[in-house]
Amino acid sequence: MLKPLGDSAILVQLGDAIDPALNARVHALDAILQSIPAVIETVPAYCTILVHYDPLATTYNQIKNLIEEKISQLDESTHRPSRRLEIPVLYGSVSGPDASTRLSTSLDLVASTLALSPSELIRLHSEREYTVYMMGFTPGFPYMGILDERLTLPRLSTPRTRVPAGSVAIAGSQTGIYPVDSPGGWHIIGHTPLKLFDPMSENPFLFAPGNTVKFVPMESL
Amino acid sequence: MTVDRRPQTLRQAQDNVAVSRPSSAVIELTDLTGIATLQDSGRRGWNKFGVPTSGAMDWFAYQAANSLLNNPPNSAVIELGLGEITLHALRNTVLAITGAGYEVENYIWTFPLWTTFYVRAGWTVRIKKTSGGNWAYIAIAGGFDSPVIMNSRSAYLRGGIGSALKAGDVLHSFTPTKELLKLAARDFDAVPRDLSRACDPQDKSCGTNLMPYSQTPTIEVIPAPQADWFTPEGIRIFYESEYTLSPSFDRMGYRLASLLSPSPAKVITKKITKELISEGMTMGSIQVPADGQPIVMMADAPTAGGYPKIANVARASLPLLAQCEAGVSKIRFREVAVEEAQEKYKLLCRAGL
Repeated sequence: MLKPLGDSAILVQLGDAIDPALNARVHALDAILQSIPAVIETVPAYCTILVHYDPLATTYNQIKNLIEEKISQLDESTHRPSRRLEIPVLYGSVSGPDASTRLSTSLDLVASTLALSPSELIRLHSEREYTVYMMGFTPGFPYMGILDERLTLPRLSTPRTRVPAGSVAIAGSQTGIYPVDSPGGWHIIGHTPLKLFDPMSENPFLFAPGNTVKFVPMESL
Repeated sequence: MTVDRRPQTLRQAQDNVAVSRPSSAVIELTDLTGIATLQDSGRRGWNKFGVPTSGAMDWFAYQAANSLLNNPPNSAVIELGLGEITLHALRNTVLAITGAGYEVENYIWTFPLWTTFYVRAGWTVRIKKTSGGNWAYIAIAGGFDSPVIMNSRSAYLRGGIGSALKAGDVLHSFTPTKELLKLAARDFDAVPRDLSRACDPQDKSCGTNLMPYSQTPTIEVIPAPQADWFTPEGIRIFYESEYTLSPSFDRMGYRLASLLSPSPAKVITKKITKELISEGMTMGSIQVPADGQPIVMMADAPTAGGYPKIANVARASLPLLAQCEAGVSKIRFREVAVEEAQEKYKLLCRAGL
């Protein structure tokens, strides 16, 4: 289903669910849309792709036809191998030399809310491979899933005003990592020392939508 | 050197950014209130990683300022919001100031916006807030130089990209494309748009007539993908209400308030109440959260969102909305077809700039 979002973007909707197979189709289509010359950029999300195009270079009907052609070429049987990343995570709290370097998490609280031991929570979170469904919220924030259903929790009713960069968190059926210090309503269970966003780098982002991610528990930072 | 000013695709314009050219110190900001940043035509290609497009809030005024100075189309300008700037010239240059809601003073003279003027080394120029708009664009002959971050000079302050300009900052500019005297004293309403005719200020297809800034604008919108989530009554309220801009607005979004609120009848109601699965959005997307009052996404808006969108502002109307003042403006929306909106945008780009 294709619909205009204003006069310089078109929304391509492939379904209406948060579902790994549907999302894989989104990323497969996203890859082949990049060859359309009037496309400026795309935003692949859970079940949609927003295609930003240049209205000086094409018209709505032209771009719509070109995208429909690409959708018809989309072969569901050929799955592109996605880039796989291993992300080291120190689950639980980190004690630094002073209070300002202490990174607290709610691992113990989250585990008890879920009626799991902390080590079970860590095992359930780190044994699966996740897909980066989409990125957004802040530059470089990866929305990943799908979590084991034993880890499903509603988000915090009152978001924290500051979640430090590198915090690994869960909410609903998803997990994510905060790339920059920001407010946040997800449950923090650990930290990664990796930098997810560096605007001055030639490759500013660690992740890209569609990547496969595996968390690897660390003993210490 | 002459610059090819034919309409470019955005991709071509983007390619101009990274070209390295010599630049030198040109002005010092001696006094500054409000929010001032450098902006260009925006940071494209990073939306899928969650980086907003940014760029000028009023693309028409931004492009006109560069066009008046024959600058390359993606040149950086100062965007001044809701404040004043005093600047001191360090060498001879030419400025073009466009936008709405400001006036320009150079000692005893007052310059109108949408013109260029010669500024000698040592002169002081003051850009003062008046009424009738929010944003001024201060372009300089050659364009401002600043570090290019992820292919753009546009500041995105929430994301820590670039920084807010402050008193004491010294800005650099590139070499102008023409002799300064040839760039001075040009008036946007009198610049010939093509070689066959000079522009008559009465001509509706000329100059600032193309963008009728007003505090009672009719904003053209295209129905958005979730328009059918709203009740017929909700849609009617959206198109028949008069809205004004709420005081808490910024480069990220304009929250609108119905001028007849708080009456439940003036709230846009939905017939589909499920949660929207987050999807991409653009500058001009109009989200309707649970309170039923619309929020228009602006230049620094998030790349994706989870509120249903009732409509999307046409590019041709974005400058009019951007310059609407909080509490003063009376805004109405009018539905147009996407084809009509695109034709109008093309005309503006070709005839106006």
